[in-house]
Amino acid sequence: MRQRSLIAITAALSAGALTLTACGSRDSDDKGSDSGGTTVTIGIDAPLTGDLSALGLGIKNSVDLAAKTANKQKYVDGITFKVEALDDQAQPSSGQQNATKLVADKSVLGVVGPLNSSVAESMQKVFDDAKLVEVSPANTNPALTQGTDWATSKKRVYKSYFRTATTDAIQGPFAAQYLINDAKKKKVFVIDDKKTYGAGLAGTFTEEFKKLGGTVAGTEHINPDSKDFSAIATKVKTSGADVVYYGGEYPQAGPLSKQIKAAGAKIPVVGGDGIYSADFIKLAGATAAGDLATSVGAPVEQLPSAKEFVANYKTEGYKEAYEAYGGYSYDSAWAIIEAVKKVVDDNDGKLPDDARAKVTAAMQNVSFDGVTGKVSFDEFGDATNKQLTVYAVENGAWKPVKSGTYSG
Amino acid sequence: MNELPQQLVNGLLLGSMYGLVAIGYTMVYGIVQLINFAHGEIFMTGAFGALSVYLWVLPNGTTMWIALPLMLIGAILVAVLVAIGAERFAYRPLRGAPRLAPLITAIGLSLALQQAVWAWYPEATSARTFPQIEGGPFHIGDVTIQTGDIFLLAAAPISMAVLAYFVMKTRTGRGMQATAQDPDTAKLMGVNTDRIIVIAFALGAVFAAIGGVAYGLKYGQIDYRMGFILGLKAFTAAVLGGIGNIYGAMIGGVVLGIAETLATAYIADIPGMDKFGSQSWADVWAFVLLILVLLFRPQGLLGERVADRA
Repeated sequence: MRQRSLIAITAALSAGALTLTACGSRDSDDKGSDSGGTTVTIGIDAPLTGDLSALGLGIKNSVDLAAKTANKQKYVDGITFKVEALDDQAQPSSGQQNATKLVADKSVLGVVGPLNSSVAESMQKVFDDAKLVEVSPANTNPALTQGTDWATSKKRVYKSYFRTATTDAIQGPFAAQYLINDAKKKKVFVIDDKKTYGAGLAGTFTEEFKKLGGTVAGTEHINPDSKDFSAIATKVKTSGADVVYYGGEYPQAGPLSKQIKAAGAKIPVVGGDGIYSADFIKLAGATAAGDLATSVGAPVEQLPSAKEFVANYKTEGYKEAYEAYGGYSYDSAWAIIEAVKKVVDDNDGKLPDDARAKVTAAMQNVSFDGVTGKVSFDEFGDATNKQLTVYAVENGAWKPVKSGTYSG
Repeated sequence: MNELPQQLVNGLLLGSMYGLVAIGYTMVYGIVQLINFAHGEIFMTGAFGALSVYLWVLPNGTTMWIALPLMLIGAILVAVLVAIGAERFAYRPLRGAPRLAPLITAIGLSLALQQAVWAWYPEATSARTFPQIEGGPFHIGDVTIQTGDIFLLAAAPISMAVLAYFVMKTRTGRGMQATAQDPDTAKLMGVNTDRIIVIAFALGAVFAAIGGVAYGLKYGQIDYRMGFILGLKAFTAAVLGGIGNIYGAMIGGVVLGIAETLATAYIADIPGMDKFGSQSWADVWAFVLLILVLLFRPQGLLGERVADRA
């Protein structure tokens, strides 16, 4: 009996362990060609599984496309790019593990990612210690580049961290300006998920909304693990708010929008780039019509510089859509490629020994016309391109409503 | 508008779902003194069973009035199969082993089931949309009820009544009571305890499956992790009501659901408490309530005092 029970426990535990390890081994993607010369790896860290996988896979594919394009054009002489994609499942702890793993691989000269600001927080120091450059296509929390006291005194903490996305210091106020000036909304109910990204966004939004003369009818924080928001939906309805602002991501925003409408409040839910995903509409259902989202940059489909990206993406036949951050991911990867090119050119066509540090230094002065417009970085590592767009749900898809540059 | 009636209904709906899942915890515990931590995953596989029926068995565009009963059957079939399989292959070999062993097995099984759905169910790596019932919502005074919630409002009391009849009036039900009181003596009296244990697992799975369908209808989506938090809450509800007592499970669920909802809605209005009122604190208040009940009534609301409690 005793032995049998031992066997059963071991069997159960090993079955569990096997299935767990199985998730880690899904993301290997080493189709990069090896036509002689030096191979440079571009690391990718993004949620490839889990709630936010739609956005993460869009990032992975877009970086892959950038590497393939550079190889095809022989953009950097003697260098072949390949990508190594790791899954962080939107968890800061996994992100840090992945960062350590990427640092250990000497061929990695730059990393694109992560998606979540909270994950970035856990990775920044690991990369900075190794002088390995990290370019995020999606992090929007201001503190990542400008320090925790960014509102009062800006201070760059990690020299190896860059991003092609604009920050919430701009995104939140941009939404507030649109709601007050264009949509004529006066009374907002603010909800956030307490995470770095969501709470930050809700904070900058609220400040600007009040400054412009709007009132806050109520504030709430939700638990991202929960799916039952009926109590909050009822509060939103009784508060008499004419719009809801949500700081957070689409897995919660979708059900939240649905339940607010179900409670009888026929008012739009507005969010940042974290809800700008086709999955938001899928989860929010038919009542999502009229919901709004801001996202960084202009719509990729409309920029002339992006036409080629969209066409190539289609040609490569990726299974998943490039989603909100595809263009930014491509540009992030291309920024790394440009930096590598500069370093190689300065060193007589070969990679120097301290390539990582040199690439990080070169990144600061990178400047090129990317998918999303002009790509270059300011003294904090933030994108100099501060364009944003408001999108609305219309006939089951996101439609651009207004593009503009935020002016404080 | 007075918000209280609506909030009470919100809490009742949430609580009914907890209650449906809690029945499974309580029945299994009552009979074999095992906390089946994989029960939340049985609830989850039930929901996926219903979705499978809708996607692959029924023709496209079947009206929900025909689809729903068939989906329920699918959900119950899948959940019962998983539960019986778990009992046969994970728990029965460990019967008689120290209590900790089946508990660890249950946690392993819970993870394994989650990962199995994640890996093998098509596109289950993120949330999958669940079909909805057309029509509604309904208004009764200030209270709004969604069409999907009507299923839950009806299913919970009907399930309870059927279960009560089964346990009190049928031969098998009396066999279950006997086994719960004293398995060895029951065996001597001719009760097939192995069969009774399987039936307890299967019955718990039936109610979990109904809960899984209710979850899908209520939230419009299901995912491979939906069973974890809900299972934990349902287990809390079972303990709150008095673990081992089937009425207690339902009452514990409803009390827990209403407590969470009211905490979200009103604690912020108490002066000085505005930080602790939001929905992210609902779980905290739920457990505060549990601790309070266990401090003053360790056997739970409806439980009986047992000498050798796990």
